[in-house]
This record gives sequence, C-alpha cells and structure tokens, in this order.
Amino acid sequence: MLRNFGTFGKQISRARLLSTLTLIEHGNGAALPGSLSALAAAKQLGGPVTALIAGSEGSQVAQQIAKVDGVEKVLVAGNEVYNHSMPETTSALLVDVVKAGNFTHVVAPSSAFGRAVVPRAAALLDVQPVTDVIKIEGEDTFVRPIFAGNALSTVKSTDAIKVLTVRGTAFDAATEGSGSAAVEDAVDPKPAPQSEWVSEQIVKSERPDLGTADRVVSGGRGLKSKEQFEAVMYPFADAVGAAVGASRAAVDSGFADNSLQVGQTGKVVAPELYVAVGISGAIQHLAGMKDSKVIAAINKDADAPIFHVADVGLVADLFEAVPELTNKLK
Amino acid sequence: MSTKLRIMVPVKRVVDAAIRPRVNKAQTGIETQGVKYSINPFCDIAVEEALRLREGNKDLVESIHAVSVGGKKSQEVLRTALAKGVDTSTLVDVGEKEVETLSVAKVLAKLVEQQKSNFVLLGKQAIDSDANHTGQMLAGLLGWPQATNAAKIEISGDEVTVTREIDGGEEVVKAKLPMIVTTDLRLNEPRYASLPNIMKAKKKPLDTVTADSLGVDITPRVEILKVAEPPARGAGVTVETTDDFIAKIKEKGAL
Repeated sequence: MLRNFGTFGKQISRARLLSTLTLIEHGNGAALPGSLSALAAAKQLGGPVTALIAGSEGSQVAQQIAKVDGVEKVLVAGNEVYNHSMPETTSALLVDVVKAGNFTHVVAPSSAFGRAVVPRAAALLDVQPVTDVIKIEGEDTFVRPIFAGNALSTVKSTDAIKVLTVRGTAFDAATEGSGSAAVEDAVDPKPAPQSEWVSEQIVKSERPDLGTADRVVSGGRGLKSKEQFEAVMYPFADAVGAAVGASRAAVDSGFADNSLQVGQTGKVVAPELYVAVGISGAIQHLAGMKDSKVIAAINKDADAPIFHVADVGLVADLFEAVPELTNKLK
Repeated sequence: MSTKLRIMVPVKRVVDAAIRPRVNKAQTGIETQGVKYSINPFCDIAVEEALRLREGNKDLVESIHAVSVGGKKSQEVLRTALAKGVDTSTLVDVGEKEVETLSVAKVLAKLVEQQKSNFVLLGKQAIDSDANHTGQMLAGLLGWPQATNAAKIEISGDEVTVTREIDGGEEVVKAKLPMIVTTDLRLNEPRYASLPNIMKAKKKPLDTVTADSLGVDITPRVEILKVAEPPARGAGVTVETTDDFIAKIKEKGAL
C-alpha cells in the first residue's frame, strides 16, 4: 500500500478533472452495504464523488447517501421504471447520466445488481469495464483477481471513461457522517421497459447477512443431509454469532439454499472469522473465502486442502466436534 | 404466434476447472504449458440448456449454432458442443491472445446478425478471466432484453420466463424474444458426449472466420501490467481438542 502512495498522490493532483459517478444499490429504502464500499472506492480515486440512485424509493435513499462523508452530490432518478433494478432501463439511465455529467469514472458494487447493469452500460459507452476491483492503484490502474483468485492482475485502462465494479469486502464502507451533499434530479432518458419483473423469493434469516458478517460458519458435503446441516450448523452459527454459508457441494446436494453458496460463483466473503465445517477446500470454494482474517477448519480428513489455508485446524468428526463447540461457546 | 428459436451458444476454451493455475515466471499471465483445457463449465451448461429446449418441445427450436472466439485450439470446444448435439458452429480465429469481453460481444453481435439468431444462451462468466460481462454487453449492443444468472428458463410462445439467482435468493423476470440469457450453475447438469456422437461431430459444420472479416477491431482497451500470485497465508496449526480449537481462535482475536 505505502509503496504506491507516492505515485498515487501525484496522479490525484494531476487529475483535476477527474469526477466519479457511483451507482447505488438499495433495498427497502436503504443503501446496501456494498454501495457504501463502492463510495469508499470512489473516494480513493480522488475526484469529486456523485452518487446515482434510481427507482421510486430514490429520494428516501438519497437522504441517507447525502450524509455520507465525501459525497458531493446525489442524483435521483425517481422513475419507477428503474424499480427492481431492471438492467435494460437502469443501464440506459446510467449511460445518459454519465454522458450528461462528463464523468471520467463509474463505480458500482460487484453484486448481482452491479454485474447485470454495469457491463451493459459499458458496452453502450464503448468501454471495456473492469470487474471486481480489489485495489485502486491510481486513476487508471486497478488490481483484480482472476482464475478464481489464484492470480491478481494489475490492469491499466486506456478508455476515456473507466468503468469499475468493486468487491465490497476489499474496501471499508464509507460512513454516514456530517456530509450534506446536494440532492438533485438526474437526467432521465425515460426508457421503455424491455423486461418485466414477476416475483422474488428472498431467503429470510435472523442471522447476520452473509456478505457483510464479521463471522461466517460454512458447511460442506460432510454434513451429509439437509436435516443434519440445519441441526448442526444453525445452532453453531448462533453460538458463534455468525452467518451461515455453504460449499457448492452442500448447495448442489440440497443441504442449503443457493444464496448461501460461498465461492467463485457464489458470494465472496472476508469476515474476521471463517469456520469451514466438512468442506474439503476446492479451488472454487477457496476463491470465495481465502481473504478471511482467521480461517478455522474442522474436517476428519487430515489431508483435506482446506488445512493448507486454515490458521487453526481441528481433525475430528464434525458430528461430535461441532455440537461440543456449540455447547462450549454458548 | 410462436417464434421458432434460432439459438446461438457462445463457448470458451479455458484451463480446466480442477486445475490450480500458477502464475508464470515472467508475471505476464498464468502458466499454460502442459495444462489441461476444457469447455468453460458455464458454457457447457448453456449448450445443455439449448439441447434440452429442443428435446422438451420439438417445435420450439429451429437450430442451435455454437460459436467460439479464440485460437485454433478452440475448435476442440466447438467439437465438444457439436458432439453433444449442437447443429453447426463457427470459430472466430483471433490467435492465442486473450480477447476482451467488449470485443467478444462485438464479434457475437455480428454473428447474431449473420445467423439471424433470436436467442443467445451464454455462461454467466468464464472461469479464467472471471469477468461476467459478455452476455450483458451483447444484450446492450443488440438492444435486446437480458436475464443473467438463470436457474430456470421457460419459453411459451415468444415469451421467455427466467428464474434468476440474485443476492439473497431468486427473482423471476420475463421478456419477449429476441433475448439474451446467461446460465448459472444450478440450471442443469450437462451431459457427456458419447463416442459415436464424438465421431459424428467431426463431420458437422465448423466454419472459421476472423475478427477482421467481421469488421471488428479487437485491440485491447485494458493493458495487463502484471499478473502476480496472491499473498500466501502463514502456516496454520492443527489442534487435537475442541478446547484448544477455541483457545487458538481466541488467541488470534477472532472470537
């Protein structure tokens, strides 16, 4: 970090005209945590930061975002055509707002929302986007993981507009503070809807949100069944104060809902503590959790690859060890 | 009035999912010598879904065309797709260098026009670049509706209903053809090609064109400055009892 600081500082002072638009993802009238991380990344770029909020709840969310430190302006497109973040209309809005404001940078969270909307908008702007940025080294230079996190690629964008999605766990969320950004109406292209939102099914849970939890306990194929997964992992999660995650094997076998999958193609988490239970540690799973601060693993196979990344390993039968741990931690 | 589907399935040749890639000495990319390559798993799911759409309703699908943008060896993944049941294919030979997703989307947009495709099924991401762009960019360039991360696809008349994987659960969206859909892992379980079908696939059409001949400039916009190994984690400890397990985690300040 420090090593790059010198050049980074210089780039900022050179880039007077740099200005960043951050696309805010929200739900139930509040910005999602990934958007606050995106604002933090936008601030690191150095120029003024404008936030764009789309949808009929936009003005409510704008009240929150206007208080975030470092945000200069909040643009609201309150048109309900942007509700449910439909990618066709939201990308059309993003393109017009970028053009109208002459933004040099666009930053969005690397969530399902950001990934659906941003590449579409980038293609319309004729820009090659950079996905899942974990580090900003300068106004045009970014680091992103490739090959399931087995390599880190440092890339330099030569496009006039830099379009980025950023990994939430790699940037500390910008905080709500004493900011008082101006709230204005955004340019609205009033696009015609091309697809229709029908319904959604969100998995409800009393436990912390998987993507942002400080602690995560994850179960794998070793749990053997949905009943045992729930009987062993849920009380354990509650004792640890953790969110529940799962490996792809556990999801494929129907032990846990797909939205709990941690890995290259599921959620990427980086909690203070990650406890892998009955998970062998395939490449695709490691991609989703290996930046956790402390990794602990419980597996009866002493040769399981998970032990190569674990800070603390317990070679034991999970059906004995986990209930024991649950009791001791209660 | 129902529209017959002319499906295009783009497929990518990538380092096999089971292999742990290693960064090369020059730090310009990953080691490719002697490494096993396969069809990208998400593309395999897209091929499977195209075939199932045809098998599920014999009047629904007119044709299935596979496309790969890559070097000569990408013929292998097209042959795999043909062996599974795809009708025809095109290799867009762009040499050995990785082509950016924007360029791939532009190439695909041209081919969609040529093939008169009205439904493009892609994987949600390639497991090498992990970009998760191409389907969305293609949809943008064509001005078509998109549904990414599909866990279920139903087609009735010219209306496509897709159940999408989203953060926290799933949502259902629908749109009219023509449309772009990208596949998630849960969509289906790809089949294996049988030996007789692999033999038959050798006789199926595989045209080769270049990006130039399609009028697409594939000059990269993003320069790769360096590819490095991620920082290694320090060696861990293995403990015998649950008490020690808790004690060690507490020692590290995580409990």
